[in-house]
Amino acid sequence: MCTMIAEKSDITGCGKGTQNWIQVNQVNVSYDHPSQMTLEHALNIDFTDESQGLGARIAVELTPQSAQRLVELINVALDRGAAVDPVAFE
Amino acid sequence: MYTTDMYEGMIAETVTVTTSDGTAINAYFARPLGPGPHSGMVLAHHMPGWDEWYREATRKFAHHGYATICPDLYHRTGHASPEDVAAKVRSEGGIPDDQAVEDLAASMRYLRSLPNSNGKVGAFGTCSGGRHVLLAASRIQGFDAIVDCWGGRVVMSEAELTENFPVAPIDYTADLSCPVLGLFGEEDGSPSPEQVATHEEALKKHGKDYEFHMYPDAGHGFFYYDRSVYRQEQAVDGWQKTFAFLEKHLS
Repeated sequence: MCTMIAEKSDITGCGKGTQNWIQVNQVNVSYDHPSQMTLEHALNIDFTDESQGLGARIAVELTPQSAQRLVELINVALDRGAAVDPVAFE
Repeated sequence: MYTTDMYEGMIAETVTVTTSDGTAINAYFARPLGPGPHSGMVLAHHMPGWDEWYREATRKFAHHGYATICPDLYHRTGHASPEDVAAKVRSEGGIPDDQAVEDLAASMRYLRSLPNSNGKVGAFGTCSGGRHVLLAASRIQGFDAIVDCWGGRVVMSEAELTENFPVAPIDYTADLSCPVLGLFGEEDGSPSPEQVATHEEALKKHGKDYEFHMYPDAGHGFFYYDRSVYRQEQAVDGWQKTFAFLEKHLS
C-alpha cells in the first residue's frame, strides 16, 4: 500500500552522508514504502536542500518502534539542553 | 508463445511522449522487432518510482510480443536517481490523480499511433500504478484491458480524499471501460481482502468484466524479486494469468 502519509517542515541545520556535510533546510517525514528497509512501511526521514537537486538528501528509514524511540530521545535531549542553555531555546 | 526456433529481437530506449497540455515526458519504450502488428501495453510504475524493476518489466512485456511503454509519471517532479525522485514524490504525498491519468492516456495514444499497432492497448500497474491504471481505464476511453496488481486506496474513506485524490477509484466503477484482471495477496493491508471484496461487489453490481485472484501467503508486492515480499510460486502464477488475460483481450 502507498499510505501517502507525509509531513514536511522548513528547518535549519546540516547533515552528513558517507562523504560530505550538506546544508539542509527541509525535513520530510513519511510513513510509507521505504527504499531500502525490508518492510512494507517505515518511518522515513529525509533531510534535504532541494536547491542543490533532489539528490541532496540525508535519508533514514526506521521501524516504527525505532522512530518512537528516536522521538523520546530527542525530547529528552532537548529538555536537558533547555535546562543548561535556555537562551538558545527562546 | 515463444519457441526456440523463432527469431527474436527488441529495441528498448527512452522516448518522449507529449501530453495534452504540451508537456513532453520521458518514457521507456520497448518494442519487438519485426513488422507486427503488435498489441500495446502501457505500464504504470509503482510508488518507488520509474526504476529498474519497471524497465525490466517493460522489456518482459516486449519479449511477450507487446509494444510496451512505461512513462515516467514523476517526470514533473524533477530528475535525479529514481530513488531520490521517488523520495520527493513521497514527501509530497504522491502525484495528482488527474496528472497520472493524463500521462497514461498520452502513452496509450502514442502506442495506438504506431504504424504497426493492431489497435489494441492494455495497461498494467502495481501498487500506486495498479490504482492508476484502474483510474485511467475508468476516466478515459481507449484501453482494451488492464491488470491491477495490488493497487491500494481504490476504496477510500472521506478523510483520504484530497485535492490530489478527489474521488475514490471505486466510485468510478460504472465508467470502467474494459475488462480488468486483479491480482492481490491475502496478507496485504491495502488493499485488504475486505477492500478487494468491496471492489469486487462494485464490479459485479455494474456488470463489469473482471477476474480477481487472491493469493494466500502473499502480501503487497509479491512480484518484486528484489524485495523480501517476493513470493515465487504466486508470482509465477500471477505472470501466467497476466499474459493469458492479455492474450485473450488484446490479440
